[in-house]
Amino acid sequence: MKIMQCPLNGPRNISEFVYGGQVEPMPDPQQCSDKDWASYVFYDNNAIGIVREWWQHAPSSYWFIAERHNASDDILRTYDPGELFSERVDFTTGENEP
Amino acid sequence: MSPSRLEHPFGQLIDRDTPVTFEFEGETVQGYAGDNVASALIGEGRWLMSRSFKYHRPRGPLSLAGHDANTLIQTPTAANRLAEDLMAKDQGTLSGQNYLGSLKFDYYSLLDRLGRFLPVGFYYRAFFKPRGMWRFWENVIRNAAGLGVANLEATPRYTDKQYLFCDVAVIGAGPAGLNAALTAATGGAEVLLVDEQELLGGALTYHRFTLEDDSRAQTLKALSNAVANHDKIRVLTGATCNAWFSDHYLPVFQGDRLYKVRAKTCVLATGSSEQPVVFRNNDLPGIVLCSGLERLMMHHGVCPEGPAVILAGNDDAYLTAITAAEAGLSIAGVVDLRSEPDDLALPAALSELGITLYQSATVYEAHSDKSGAQLGAVTIYPIESEGKVGVTPTHLECRLLAMSAGFMPAYQLACHGGAKLAYHDDKSEFTLTELPEGMHLAGSVNSTHDLKAVCADGRNAGRGALRALALETDNDETVQCERHVNHPWPIFKHPKGREFVDFDEDLQIKDIINSARLGYRDIQLVKRYSTVGMGPSQGRHSALTTARLIADATERTVTETGVTTARPPVKPESLGVLAGRRFHPIKKTPMDQRHLALGAHMIPAGSWRRPAFYGALDHRAANIAAEAHAVRNGVGMIDVSTLGGIELRGPDAAEFMNRIYTYGFLKQPVGKTRYAALANEQGVIIDDGVAARLAEDHFYVTATTTGVDRVYSEMLRWNAQWRLDLDIAQVTSAYSAVNVAGPFSRDVLEQAGCNIELSSESFPYLACREGMVAGIPARLMRVGFVGELGFELHVPSLMAQTLWDKLMVAGEPFNIKPFGVETQRLLRLEKGHIIIGQDTDGMSHPGEVGLAWAINRKKAFFVGRRSVDILMSQPLKRQLVGFTLSPSAPKPEEGHLVLRDGDIVGTVTSCEYSPTLAKVIGLAYVHPDDAQPDSEVTIRTADGVCVQAPIATLPFYDPGNARQQL
Repeated sequence: MKIMQCPLNGPRNISEFVYGGQVEPMPDPQQCSDKDWASYVFYDNNAIGIVREWWQHAPSSYWFIAERHNASDDILRTYDPGELFSERVDFTTGENEP
Repeated sequence: MSPSRLEHPFGQLIDRDTPVTFEFEGETVQGYAGDNVASALIGEGRWLMSRSFKYHRPRGPLSLAGHDANTLIQTPTAANRLAEDLMAKDQGTLSGQNYLGSLKFDYYSLLDRLGRFLPVGFYYRAFFKPRGMWRFWENVIRNAAGLGVANLEATPRYTDKQYLFCDVAVIGAGPAGLNAALTAATGGAEVLLVDEQELLGGALTYHRFTLEDDSRAQTLKALSNAVANHDKIRVLTGATCNAWFSDHYLPVFQGDRLYKVRAKTCVLATGSSEQPVVFRNNDLPGIVLCSGLERLMMHHGVCPEGPAVILAGNDDAYLTAITAAEAGLSIAGVVDLRSEPDDLALPAALSELGITLYQSATVYEAHSDKSGAQLGAVTIYPIESEGKVGVTPTHLECRLLAMSAGFMPAYQLACHGGAKLAYHDDKSEFTLTELPEGMHLAGSVNSTHDLKAVCADGRNAGRGALRALALETDNDETVQCERHVNHPWPIFKHPKGREFVDFDEDLQIKDIINSARLGYRDIQLVKRYSTVGMGPSQGRHSALTTARLIADATERTVTETGVTTARPPVKPESLGVLAGRRFHPIKKTPMDQRHLALGAHMIPAGSWRRPAFYGALDHRAANIAAEAHAVRNGVGMIDVSTLGGIELRGPDAAEFMNRIYTYGFLKQPVGKTRYAALANEQGVIIDDGVAARLAEDHFYVTATTTGVDRVYSEMLRWNAQWRLDLDIAQVTSAYSAVNVAGPFSRDVLEQAGCNIELSSESFPYLACREGMVAGIPARLMRVGFVGELGFELHVPSLMAQTLWDKLMVAGEPFNIKPFGVETQRLLRLEKGHIIIGQDTDGMSHPGEVGLAWAINRKKAFFVGRRSVDILMSQPLKRQLVGFTLSPSAPKPEEGHLVLRDGDIVGTVTSCEYSPTLAKVIGLAYVHPDDAQPDSEVTIRTADGVCVQAPIATLPFYDPGNARQQL
């Protein structure tokens, strides 16, 4: 069984982790085309190379990001998502409550 | 009388003072403690142990190490056990298997005479015509070509697992493994040493590496003592490492226990498998590998009946002959495939012992004795050229033949890790290359065969392991090994065939060559077509010969041809050991004991167990009806502790809720609850719950029992991206809850003592309050899931059982009745409330399931918002609606189909008989055109009976929702 380096808990068995899909920036949900949105929701770019993925250490519920080569399955780097998402995200807010 | 055995130093494993007996094929067999079943049988002169898979030929042990399928026997509790793996002292009654009649007289052995009409692929090609005939033939063939019989009455054994951690795992405790373990341990590493035999030492325990055999015994003693006394070495003997998995994760089987070993680095000193010579009738009982004969003598003190012939493809076989002669075995001759041995002192040693030597010759054919089930004689021919023999035969009477055509590295574990095999023509040997990081080889698996070289190679591997651990060590020794142990072509095709390449699968030379002729050039395809290497010995004795034959037949090199992919397991493993302990952890709510005392029928709910209803299972309908009646007319109480609970606190709590859930939460007043539905990014509704705003910056939200982990997890992931200022905590186990529901629920709480004003005016429907109930701090919510006046009370889990007890006492005057989850499902169905996951599936968007009201389409964003917009702008494809049926109509079950003009348009998702309404009610997906209350839909019930169900307006019960708002 593979070992994965959790940024919070250190090296752990891969069976303790849950795969969460590729990290993909969300297009502007108000402005983008249906096609772009469908592509964001349904399609993964399945090219061979290094991919950036969400992984969760299930016992601690901790999410982090892993960079992995999808052919060799080598995990090159894992890090806290704060490294990628450092700024507060806001959506253009319409304060229309029913 | 106890059987006679060789004196010390022969028989290291047996205890001559402890005779043991067991039954085999109805006859009593005697042996000694320390014997395995195979050695005890041979000790009594019985070689016949099994019938071959396809031709039912008589078979006896080949390797005496449990590495071949010739010793598969039946025990009272298990089929297909290897006789070498069963200790004689533990056995009762054993028998052979896979025969019709008896092991000695197997009627199926007629198949052997038909053999030439049964080529490889025969079954596939012959029995499919005329169409349908396979059904008939399949039974016949499966009866004839089977193995043992599973005992379905057997009591399961206790099996378990243990986790082990070490710096270095050394697999194989032969001279290389012992040296590697000592070097690594002395250098400061924690070492786990694993060997499948009971004795440490591997080949050192049975094989003389030199003619003089002067230092072997001391070397073995020194090494095994040092290992046994080293406090950094843990030893597992009688243990098989059955695979190598990523990052040195090693499953090690020892008896009924599976060790899951995690090593930082590993040394494979797995040795090598001795190879048979391929000639006619090379499978007769009495024909063994040289190492097999040595094991018999050295381990068990068994000197089989002679005379013996030794068939040598290397110098090691000469040494076997000398050991055997010293033990008193009469040797009829040594037949060397080569023109002369590498060590020219060997022929002289043989002649000193009076042993005749035949050089450049081979055993070309073996003959059975009168019994037909054991070797009686061999015919020897001179070798003219590769695989071709001359014309002058020599006939030798013999009862035993020991052979060695060379060695194949025990490559399996290394190949699991991605190592490759390359063939060296100069040594006619496969070697392993391209090892994964942190894997080290030592000894004969690393193609070193000379004892000095093997020991040095072991120490070097230990040093390699230390370096991998960043520990200090000295420089590697130079390892030199010029020994040639493999004969390049120990394969002799006979016009009458029966030269076995694969004993497990009864495959002869022509079967392999025919596969290539039929176009299966790739070794992987040869395997799949001919089944070579698929048996229990997994190609240990057939892979090398097959590679050579296919290379020759396809005019390629042996390296190009290669061997088939080695995959775990190395040896057969028992499913019971893999399963481990029968262990089903389950979560219980704090009221679990109370439910049991009340006679609840418990059912699993996710990882929890919950009461389905109270009372006997055979009165299910009546029990549920009584509980429902209590809730509708009096008061009931249900344990809802399994509901998920999540706390969100912080300045951005409301903003976060507003983004996660579909409804609006920014302006939700403190002290109010709101229905909270959750969509995924595909716009599908995946969970729901109730969100209580306890303070401006504090929400307490429930989720479904089985969905809460996912909801919590997704919340964390979204906020890992949004970086909003709040804390999210799952409190499912910290809080337990009950729902007190029914017209008298308010009275029960008042009776129990409650410091919150409970009147409808100050605590209306959908409000939430914090206070004390029966002296216990509680969060109260007025919810309407079951459609009556009701209060959900969430309290710290430690106090939940006390709360339950106090409410039961307070409820006594009102005949309070606990109700279970099945009753709750009926009550909510009467109210038309959907259960996410039961009434929804992986495609259900809010518009289909009547949740459009729970979507705030005006706010800027919620998870899945854009997908919901897209889905809801398209025409509906189906719609979830209610239907009713008379109690006398066939009752639809969940999953039954809804038809429209013969086409499937949907399914029934919930359906129950409602005692309150005295009719059958249900929810189903129907075509949108049929969704109006004046329509009817066709439901196909059990056995294809169709019923017409009128569509009903939801809710079925109390359409004005007056009762829950009392």
